[in-house]
Amino acid sequence: MKQPGSIEEHVVIRVTSKMLIPYIMIFGFYVIAHGEIGPGGGFQGGVILAAAYILYCLVFGVEAGSRALPRRAVEATMALGVLFYAGIGVLGMFRGAAFLDYRVLLSDPASAEPLGMTLVETGIGFTVAAVMITVFNMITEPTAVSGPENAPETGESKGSATS
Amino acid sequence: MIDTHLPALVVVLPLLGGLLAVFAGRGVLPWLWATLVASATFAATIALLMKVQAEGVVTYAMGGWQAPWGIEYRVDALSATVLVVVAAISCVTTFYARLSVAKEIPKDRHNFFYSLWLLCQAGLLGITITGDAFNIYVMLEISSLTVYGLIALGGNNDRRAFTAAINYLVIGSIGASFILIAIGYLYMMTGTLNIADMSAKLTEFYFKDEQLYGTKNATIYVAFAFLMVGLGIKMALFPLHTWLPNAYTYAPSAVTALLAATATKVGIYMTIRFYFTIFGVQFSFGQIPNRVILMACACFAIILGSVIAIRQTQFKKTLAYSSVAQIGYIVLGFSLLNVSGIAGSIVHIVNHAMIKGGLFMAVGAVAYRTRVTSLDALSGLGKRMPLTMAAFTAGGLSLIGFPLTAGFVSKWYLVTGALESGLWPLAIVVLIGSILALIYVWRMIELIYFAEPREDAPTREAPWSLLLPTWVLIGASIYFGIDATLTGGLAESAARMLLGNP
Repeated sequence: MKQPGSIEEHVVIRVTSKMLIPYIMIFGFYVIAHGEIGPGGGFQGGVILAAAYILYCLVFGVEAGSRALPRRAVEATMALGVLFYAGIGVLGMFRGAAFLDYRVLLSDPASAEPLGMTLVETGIGFTVAAVMITVFNMITEPTAVSGPENAPETGESKGSATS
Repeated sequence: MIDTHLPALVVVLPLLGGLLAVFAGRGVLPWLWATLVASATFAATIALLMKVQAEGVVTYAMGGWQAPWGIEYRVDALSATVLVVVAAISCVTTFYARLSVAKEIPKDRHNFFYSLWLLCQAGLLGITITGDAFNIYVMLEISSLTVYGLIALGGNNDRRAFTAAINYLVIGSIGASFILIAIGYLYMMTGTLNIADMSAKLTEFYFKDEQLYGTKNATIYVAFAFLMVGLGIKMALFPLHTWLPNAYTYAPSAVTALLAATATKVGIYMTIRFYFTIFGVQFSFGQIPNRVILMACACFAIILGSVIAIRQTQFKKTLAYSSVAQIGYIVLGFSLLNVSGIAGSIVHIVNHAMIKGGLFMAVGAVAYRTRVTSLDALSGLGKRMPLTMAAFTAGGLSLIGFPLTAGFVSKWYLVTGALESGLWPLAIVVLIGSILALIYVWRMIELIYFAEPREDAPTREAPWSLLLPTWVLIGASIYFGIDATLTGGLAESAARMLLGNP
């Protein structure tokens, strides 16, 4: 719903952010992939990825944002990212080495080590991005304290914040 | 093949299980999955304990990076005992959680509840098993953050849970940051994070410094001071216990049982590790008047915790303040610095986990049948819920330290330890604590058996799936009160190891 003077009316902002968002995401992926040999990694890259989504929501509205990334998918990604991380660790165990030993992932330990690290960072990146997006979603969406019948003693009105 | 991976599995199983629990959907499936994972973890810790008893210290190099460079998991007699306790309580409380959680937490949050639940267990087990100081902090954060979430989930029943969770979040984060600062300082001075390595370097470094230059290394003292406060918050030692009563009172019943039985115990385990293993007895208790401070805090915790417990009007809060007093006993035990005292500490970690876990499960069963949490809701329940109340009474007697209960064994060790050190006033404090416990337990027992039931009192016994886990823990506390050879033996060997004369 467009209101006069709202951010959605500014053509410059809309066009610029549309152009920027893909590059922000690419930079996020770059930081994740780069984490193995330089500054960066899953945490930083994940936050950058989430920033792209948050920018999208700020400019095009929360509804458009949740259409682009359904809430359930974000919630699932939170767990999936860490699962991917731990899964790589367990893979090492199945190959007869210690938990999180990447050297056995490929036949050549020298290339398996960076591969394992990059994969693990990718998992972290997705989880961090999903968590950041969830935090943003929780702030913007009306809080739904899904309380059942039992009313609290304090008698204060249940969450009725509107965005 | 699999037993070489046991130390990793103890943490990886609940970690992976907790993440998978998110996808278990709604209904009974998340609970079923959590029970399965918790049982498997329990089996792994039992296997680990047996391995430690057969072979001595078990180590595991994470990712194949050898200690002191990589993260090492290290299991000795003490950590194996605490691991089994934590995993056993987790397993029993998970079994207990089904009905209690179904009633207290909205359906669409069940998968998240069990996810947090298992991750919390992963954190607690991780703190216990790891041989790396920074890893302790990481695992501490995993367990603390999940606990804040779990307490806040009680907000559906009583909105005061939110304030309790925020309160714990703020205080707990301060505690965790203090521990992190201390670990940072220690890393600065020693250049290592591996506990065994750090301990060796610290002792050598500290005493050499003092001999050569006659100066004291301020950084190490500051690190120790930060640790004392941070650990004091985490284990809820007397003046730093303020987060505990509300957190225990307003959390969901199953969470309270898990927290009361495991979280503070792991805090105490951490304290023992830092004081005895990293800094060493010589520094922790010789260079700093730490012993006096700990004993004073412990005595105040025992006396004041019990007195405040007597004055409470809510049964969950009475038990929570009683926990503050029990932590006093445990701290008093290891500050005595003799085998009986430290063994008393460790025995009481085990016994109190069973007793308080069982007691909170029994009151959780009452809460399942009636919504009222005030003390007089217990009135006349001896007739309405005889089995639950029998468990409650047995647990209460154990809390007092009645002979033939687990509490008696702990207090026997503590009093022996105090007398061996020639500190008979401390023995008197322990006995006064028992008398005060008698008062607050008797208040409840009197209501249960000699008062008329209220109009809104429950008319039926608690369901068996709540009763069975309660009785498993209470039964165990009675068993270990009669035959304490297993717990006592483990505790004494751990105590001798901590004092450095195996």
